[in-house]
Amino acid sequence: MKRKYYVILYIVFAVVFIQSCSKFEPIAPAEDEILDGPIEGLNFGQSRQFLAGDVAFNDEIFTSQTGLGSVFVATSCGSCHAGDGKGTPFTTLTRFGQIDSTGNQFLHLGGPQLQNRALPGYTPEQIPAGAKFSKFTPPANTGLGFIELVSDGDILAMADPTDANGDGISGVPNYEYLPAFVQPFFNATPRNGKYIHRFGKKASAYNLLHQTVNAYNQDIGITSTFNPKDVFSGNNIDPEVSDLTVHNVVFYLQTLKAPIQRNQNDAEVLQGKKLFSQIKCASCHMPQLTTGISPIAALSNRTFFPYTDLLLHDMGSALDDGYTEGSAKTFEWRTPPLWGLGLSPNSQGGQYFLMHDGRAKSIEEAIQLHGGEALQSKNNFTQLSQADKNALLKFLKSL
Amino acid sequence: MKKSIPILLLSFCFYTNVKAQIDPALLKTQPKDSVKNALNMDAVYNRPFIGIGKSPVSLGGYVEVNWQHLGTDGVSDGHQFQFRRLTLFVASTISKRIKFLSEIEFEPAEKEIGIEFAAVDIEFHPLLNLRGGMIMNPIGAFNQNHDGPKWEFTDRPISATQMLPATWSNVGFGLFGKQFNKQWMFGYELYVSSGFDNSIIDNSENKTFLPAAKANTERFEEMASGTPLLTGKIAVRHNKAGELGLSYMGGIYNKWQDDGIVIDDKRRLDVFAIDFNTTIPKANTFITAEWAWVKVNTPSTYTEQYGNKQQGGFIDVVQPIIKRNIFGWKDAVINIALRAEYVDWNVGKFKTTGTNKGEDIWSIMPAISFRPTSQIVFRLNYRYQQQKDILANPPAKTGGFNFGISTYF
Repeated sequence: MKRKYYVILYIVFAVVFIQSCSKFEPIAPAEDEILDGPIEGLNFGQSRQFLAGDVAFNDEIFTSQTGLGSVFVATSCGSCHAGDGKGTPFTTLTRFGQIDSTGNQFLHLGGPQLQNRALPGYTPEQIPAGAKFSKFTPPANTGLGFIELVSDGDILAMADPTDANGDGISGVPNYEYLPAFVQPFFNATPRNGKYIHRFGKKASAYNLLHQTVNAYNQDIGITSTFNPKDVFSGNNIDPEVSDLTVHNVVFYLQTLKAPIQRNQNDAEVLQGKKLFSQIKCASCHMPQLTTGISPIAALSNRTFFPYTDLLLHDMGSALDDGYTEGSAKTFEWRTPPLWGLGLSPNSQGGQYFLMHDGRAKSIEEAIQLHGGEALQSKNNFTQLSQADKNALLKFLKSL
Repeated sequence: MKKSIPILLLSFCFYTNVKAQIDPALLKTQPKDSVKNALNMDAVYNRPFIGIGKSPVSLGGYVEVNWQHLGTDGVSDGHQFQFRRLTLFVASTISKRIKFLSEIEFEPAEKEIGIEFAAVDIEFHPLLNLRGGMIMNPIGAFNQNHDGPKWEFTDRPISATQMLPATWSNVGFGLFGKQFNKQWMFGYELYVSSGFDNSIIDNSENKTFLPAAKANTERFEEMASGTPLLTGKIAVRHNKAGELGLSYMGGIYNKWQDDGIVIDDKRRLDVFAIDFNTTIPKANTFITAEWAWVKVNTPSTYTEQYGNKQQGGFIDVVQPIIKRNIFGWKDAVINIALRAEYVDWNVGKFKTTGTNKGEDIWSIMPAISFRPTSQIVFRLNYRYQQQKDILANPPAKTGGFNFGISTYF
């Protein structure tokens, strides 16, 4: 009889245990503490495509059997963008060979990107003698779908090539020809057959398809129907990634959520935000932009807060590496979005690698490296009291 | 499919044989090795077998099934039911001091039927035995002694499956032997066999991953490097103190020439392992531990994603807490147990920054197990683990329960 009660007790325990076992699993980090995840409002079909892109971006590791190299920089998209955040010197890209708007003079010697690694038995590329080069730390790739949908008109409205308002800041867009596989936006504003590009350190990629195809090809050594040229041999070869996979990755990048600001109502953060505008950081790092119409309803007509104007600015001689892309000057850099800045250490191994090549190891050091059009803002920051500096830094870390 | 035909035929033969002799009196349980406290190297024979009448053939095997509910950082795939493996043993005494044993494993999730072990042993002297066939390279202890029903945990140790290749078998030949002296026991094994290939540093795991070579079935016909893999182990046991094993496995792993043309440098792989097990007297606490170091020559111009040094291991502590008649099973045992494990797949620092590379994992797994008899185990485990990526970013945290049954049959 006693045994019967034991059996009943065991069964009850098992049922309760199975129902409650998930309570003993690690909880999800707060949504504003992570960069990855989709935007809200995707339908089921879009969610499936997001997941397919997620797998291709983060889980698909290329090997020699699947097309890696033979020379390359990284073995997967996720190698450069851990958790969809910024990269580190480990996967920093080196571009070389272009010093002005006449184009890259070293394309026949492996330009524009150095493939500094090689499969066993192969030799990686070297920077050709005499070629100017620059190092580019991989950026975070969240919120890019919003940035892609900022209209040319809005970008041009922020530009001030002749510094007509006399504030010392004169942002310009990077105009460049489109590659054959890229279609211009319906509301594009071309000039002499060239279009406004917006992605990358020099704003030399037009849209996320352009960026994705180039990254597969130049970073991993993967050919596609969009760009069939093998970086090792220079020959056109069969595609090593399918069109569907490329489109899924583009969709994934378009629908990654925008970084969410933390501690928005903290008094010190609010004070920092005010100072950010007062010392003219916001003149280039525009806090707020809006999207146009998108076939992805969740992205249409949205206001978002990237802290960039997507324009090129003179950043001074200290940041002039002598290399450039498109119509940008060697000393011009596209204003990088600041959203997600405070989460950078979560993808950079617990530390900061800021500015275009990761040379700044803290936000304050990055500010101090600002020159050219940003020199006045840097000087304004230097003159702030320590309390105000702390507030400003706290605001930046909240982004 | 080709692989499965002989297996199916073999199974059919045994099935018809057993059916024809259904009288249970003809199915005799073979006594286990009578030697008290055998070495890990004896595990291949130290299993329950059933003899069929007067046939020299004995049969055995084990099966493992699990339920699990794990979550990583708040994301879970929910309830999962897993048929891990069904393993069949077929042993036969060909003549006096010549034995054959095979171990065939079915892993439905891997869509794999594999011959893990199929070798003939010829004894010239207890200290000199020749083994040839599909051998299991004796690196560490787990590779030698991995039968599910012997363990209190549903999962195999991470270091054994994800760093060292567990159940890593190759075609090869070698010698082994044992020597007894009162409380002491000494054993050795030394094999040359086929081995690894380039996939250990060129794989979809994005890290140096020795188990990647298991997918290369060509190794049973043609070695990538054309040079044999050397595996050796010595073990010493004192019946009161326990067993200590030292093992080594190494050789050229890569395809450095093809059709007589040199296409790469020769690159070495070297693995060292130490293992230990003991039972603390009176308390009957069983402790088993293993640690291994891997060195792989990778080209300096290759990506640091694939490291050239690895290390990792585990320790299991098993404490019987109840031993009595439970539900009519005499001498049924309830154990509590704990496994702690760690693997670093990429030991060292980044060339560019001088900071430590991550790519490591640690896990702790408390468990409770119930053994109605020594040949079957019901086990409930809770796993908590943290895994870092190569950049040593904040770790992914995984936790959850496993429940499983594993039994010899």
